[in-house]
Amino acid sequence: MSSRTIPIRPETSRSGAFEYLTTKKDELVGWARKFSLFPYPFVTACCAMEFMAVSSSPYDTDRFGAALPRFSPRQADLLMVVGTVTHKQAPVLLKVYEQMCEPKWVMAFGVCATSGGFYQNYATLLGIDKIIPVDIYVPGCPPRPEMVIDGIMRLQDMIARAKHPILTRDF
Amino acid sequence: MTKPNLENTFPNPVRSAFETTPRDDTVIVNIGPSHPATHGTVQIIAELDGEKVLRTDVHCGYLHRGFEKECESHTWANLIPYVDRLNYVSALINDFAYCEAVEKLMGIEITPRCRYLRTLLSEYSRIVDHLTCIAAGLMELGAMTAFLYLVMVRDYMYEHLADLTGARVTYSYGRIGGLARDLPDGWLTRLAGILDKYEVFVARVHGLMDRNRIFIDRMRNVGVISTADAVNWGYTGPILRSTGAPRDLRRDTPYLAYADLDFAIPVGINGDNYDRYYVRMCEMDESAHMIRQLMDSLPAGPINVEDRRCVLPEKKLVYTEIESLINHFKLVMDGPQVPAGDVYSAHESPNGELGFYIVSTGEGIPYKVHARAPSFVHMGGVHRMLDGYQLADIVPTFGSVNMIGGECDR
Amino acid sequence: MTAPTLERLKERLARAGNDVSTAHGMPVIAFPAAALLGIVQELRTEFEFDLFLDVTAVDWPGQAPRFEVVYHFYSTKHFGRVRLKTRVSEQDPTVDSLVSLYGSAGFMERECHDMYGIAFRGNPDLRPLLLYEGFVGHPLRKDYPKEREQPLVPYRK
Repeated sequence: MSSRTIPIRPETSRSGAFEYLTTKKDELVGWARKFSLFPYPFVTACCAMEFMAVSSSPYDTDRFGAALPRFSPRQADLLMVVGTVTHKQAPVLLKVYEQMCEPKWVMAFGVCATSGGFYQNYATLLGIDKIIPVDIYVPGCPPRPEMVIDGIMRLQDMIARAKHPILTRDF
Repeated sequence: MTKPNLENTFPNPVRSAFETTPRDDTVIVNIGPSHPATHGTVQIIAELDGEKVLRTDVHCGYLHRGFEKECESHTWANLIPYVDRLNYVSALINDFAYCEAVEKLMGIEITPRCRYLRTLLSEYSRIVDHLTCIAAGLMELGAMTAFLYLVMVRDYMYEHLADLTGARVTYSYGRIGGLARDLPDGWLTRLAGILDKYEVFVARVHGLMDRNRIFIDRMRNVGVISTADAVNWGYTGPILRSTGAPRDLRRDTPYLAYADLDFAIPVGINGDNYDRYYVRMCEMDESAHMIRQLMDSLPAGPINVEDRRCVLPEKKLVYTEIESLINHFKLVMDGPQVPAGDVYSAHESPNGELGFYIVSTGEGIPYKVHARAPSFVHMGGVHRMLDGYQLADIVPTFGSVNMIGGECDR
Repeated sequence: MTAPTLERLKERLARAGNDVSTAHGMPVIAFPAAALLGIVQELRTEFEFDLFLDVTAVDWPGQAPRFEVVYHFYSTKHFGRVRLKTRVSEQDPTVDSLVSLYGSAGFMERECHDMYGIAFRGNPDLRPLLLYEGFVGHPLRKDYPKEREQPLVPYRK
């Protein structure tokens, strides 16, 4: 989960069996979530070329379960911000992010989304983490498809190791 | 419960040309700017009567990255990566058009080998651009197979260009006075192999699309524009050629090595979406034909012109001679000193006329660089192709215009 | 452009206040801002410059008049090019709009207005195109610092 939404759990006095169940549940839900990512490709600029390349053969994100793009934010859980976000585009990005339902993750694809790239001027938002929390940064201008796949795999590791409360705050 | 005021959280960056409709039964719909079929970031506010589009208000500018302002604070040579990212689908053509403008101002004539190589790589980039445009357009109509075929060929070309330049998409390969490096061994053999593969894949796409009833129904007589209208609204490139006018800067005002080549100018009949698709398919074949001619007649010789004003000296001289060291230092820190004046130089990019208007005051940093981007001018007239057709026609028409955000918004 | 046409340009347009010259092979006509529409009409009808390529401006902050508005035209009939230049001052940066002659002028003049603040008299639509509503200033002017951002969305803590 994005760091904005997981609070640190206080020590509880639950039994070891309950903790075992929670861990197993987290592993199961984490496994399911990491292999069924629905990306929302928020595509703006040149990185779109590498996004198209990584979605088709021979790199194919479908092998990782992360190929099927959902073009409605309500139906997506991975917001891939592909390319430069300008100040004009920033309210749109924030709106799309807010419309997505939990759990959601954000990938900053390319250096322009990470830090503004080499467009350090009046027009560019210098990194999308100024307005939304980011889970994984994939640098490159544009990043090679192997780098994007590495980013997706690292994100999948993060999801697998994270806690996934589904019924209550603790379970 | 009152409706929350979201204007402060999500301020609206544009003002629409029409907020209310004169009729009761029409609806104003906002398409974009984050939309799969708007190729990045364009917003189209359309007034609809059912499915029919009455009028549209096109808003670009969501990818304005301040290219021209950046140009005023970097040296002439440092701008090449910025210039690459204008039309990022065919980045090499931007490189060469910009370098030629600077070379014109400096009065440099490039070597024959460089001229032929630049022509070859421009045509290669043209194939990549048309492949991307057609692939994206077909994918939006639902033809995933054709998309995957074309992107497969494009991927071969990307890897091949990465062999030469080091990067797949944005190369920064052109240099003022020449190119960054010469061809590696075996590059031309691999190029011949890729062109053969390209022919196989494009033949498959022809077989899938050209006489496909659904494709013809969706693309014929949709997005029609006449030649007079096209010229009035500033259209150049494949869109103007699809209306029937055989206007091409490579033939009309030849530059680089185009005067030595034999190629045809494909033109359309109606100026509709189908014509634009077919003109692009034919242009790719012409480009492949030109590349084959260039491969056969590539002259030997140096890549860079022997001009110390802009070309970096050889590394072993830089390490041994003081003059070369200082020359290298000055070129990197101050940039090539370009004589004062202004020049406009245009190339035929896959979208149309790509021009650079540069103003120099005699320093190593430009005073002004203006890119005349074909996509931007085309956006001004695209409403002529959208109004009067159906809502679902916006997608293929917009795809056939091939608006590239980096170029449109600069 | 072939030499006879350049001579014809000179003889038709080199009137009082106009200056016809060449720069790197392209004919350049410099004239006072008030003469713009007349010259462009003549170029369009007499000399067949039917494709309006570009309008942009150059900011010369030390000079008066400050802005130089530059136009480029192309002919699809005889493949010639021509550049037009005129000067407007900082206090009244207004020129006539070419929307009545060329449709493509609309967007290009909007961009020039956004970037430099040049007002085009007669263009009905000068809304911000590359910039956004609420942006104050004209970024390509030399006195606008490159890094001055005007964010629309407040940043996270």
